[in-house]
Amino acid sequence: MDWLQILAAGVLATIGPITAGYALSAIGLNLQFGYAGLLNFGHVAFMLVGAYGTAMTVEFGGPLWLGLIVGIVSAVLLGLLLGIPTLRLRADYFAITSIAAAEVIRLVVRSSWAQPWTGGVFGIQGFADDFHQLNPFPTAELYGFGQFVVTGRSLWVMMVGWALVILATLFVARLIRSPWGRVLTAIREDEDATRSLGKNVFAYKLQALMIGGGIASLAGILFALDQQSIYPAGFEPRITFIVFVMVILGGAGSIWGALLGAAVFNFLFFATDSMMARLQANVDWIGAILSPAEAGLIKYVLVGIALMLLMVFRPQGLLRSRAEGRADAS
Amino acid sequence: MRPDLDIAHEPGVAKPDPVLTIDGMRRAFGGLMAVDIAHLEIQRNTITSLIGPNGAGKTTLFNLLTGFDTPDAGHYSLDERLLVGIPAYRVAQHGMVRTFQLTKVLPRLTVIDNMLVAAKTQPGATFRGAILGGWHSAERQNREQAMDILQRFGLAAMTNEYAGSLSGGQRKLLEMARALMVKPTVVMLDEPTAGVNPVLIQSLLEHVKDLRESGMTVLFVEHDMDVVQSISDWVVVLAEGHVIAEGPPTVIARNPAVIEAYLGKHRGEDVD
Repeated sequence: MDWLQILAAGVLATIGPITAGYALSAIGLNLQFGYAGLLNFGHVAFMLVGAYGTAMTVEFGGPLWLGLIVGIVSAVLLGLLLGIPTLRLRADYFAITSIAAAEVIRLVVRSSWAQPWTGGVFGIQGFADDFHQLNPFPTAELYGFGQFVVTGRSLWVMMVGWALVILATLFVARLIRSPWGRVLTAIREDEDATRSLGKNVFAYKLQALMIGGGIASLAGILFALDQQSIYPAGFEPRITFIVFVMVILGGAGSIWGALLGAAVFNFLFFATDSMMARLQANVDWIGAILSPAEAGLIKYVLVGIALMLLMVFRPQGLLRSRAEGRADAS
Repeated sequence: MRPDLDIAHEPGVAKPDPVLTIDGMRRAFGGLMAVDIAHLEIQRNTITSLIGPNGAGKTTLFNLLTGFDTPDAGHYSLDERLLVGIPAYRVAQHGMVRTFQLTKVLPRLTVIDNMLVAAKTQPGATFRGAILGGWHSAERQNREQAMDILQRFGLAAMTNEYAGSLSGGQRKLLEMARALMVKPTVVMLDEPTAGVNPVLIQSLLEHVKDLRESGMTVLFVEHDMDVVQSISDWVVVLAEGHVIAEGPPTVIARNPAVIEAYLGKHRGEDVD
């Protein structure tokens, strides 16, 4: 049993582009859910629109930089279109309509009708060459030490991804620490009270949905650039709920919580994945009762147990204060 | 300023210098007419109590006046500005602020943040202002004003506590203090003494009187008749959605229509 290898699997996933992407998505959702209290169950749609906006622009002959702008702007517009009819609804109805809207978008994108533009179920591949040409590191070179190595290709995506994460976090921090952010938090606490104090609750919620959506589109774009391949199955509703878990884990409504939640979640997820694969292969009695595919599913069980323990012992998340948690309960 | 007691004690009477005027306002829920007021004026700079038995339409009227509900017919004006049909946040911006029967503090915000959220002038409360910055001087002024008000309401020691950790009475005080941050002309209090311990009620009522002394108009719903008698300048009685009587508190207490509305029509008659 090589514990170092298991640790390396966890650490590499945690510092890799996947975690950076999830962290971006979580930062966007944290603004919507953690601060404004919006139960946005269609969050993955913003990632989809970002990724497809970028890929389709390149596919139709546009430059990559234009694709990035199209991706982000489309996601912000999606926030506007989704928000205008639904944000006046009660929180639970908004949750239902947002998940439905996200599924409608995904199903339209994967339909054979849309195949000439979106590639249907096969998606779009090989649209980010321009991005990888900018890479200052030799692609095949290995960086790091011992088990902890990444290729030059990954290193480039990681650097861009984490730079975006830091920028997005600082942007949200500036907003949240302003009076605008205070109104947003007030809306989460009590919509009617905030309304009675002369604040246009609807406009604030719409702004939060649009800005959070724009940040989440960066997550979709980062995944697309990293993998050079997007397809509708990568944007199923479970992505939304994984991001929710990350936000709650880190502490909904704390500025660094989204980033920490994404990192902790992915570490647990990939380390247990690596551990179960090894146990299945090397320990006889485990190999006898679990097939490799079944061992692969255990990670979901372990992550679930870890989350339950967290909810029991630290329901306010890793980064929020205990006093704040108590104030909520009373 | 005391109200002019010479005016007639009858429903819909015209008053000198009304701040709030209601005309032909009706609101039905299905077949039930919850509010049906032909004409009602609220005199500026007075404390007016709105009383009536359960289901008389007091809270519905509050909701209609503050934009939380829309009337089926009729209109009302604040300072001669027609307000009907505009959303709740605009009503507040025009200077009429309400509190709620079930106190609505913002539990996971500190007491001072509860106050600052309500601040009327704050360029940083818009998205553009938050991005551009430059809101810190307004913040300092608002904080000073908020501390002033908190001091007056005896909440200064709680400034940095979460509002969720306050007692029921302190929450009522905070809600009232917070309303003042909007710089209102009319303050509408929905049962300010409900669930407040008797010791605190007296100090709470002093604060209500202070609102009048500093030039505001107070309209409040109340069930406790002792409270109504002790601080109201004028009492409006609602029953089944209608204004059945208005007048000074001592006169209202003797009004047969009011006694009938509270105690029933056939009081003292033999039952067959």
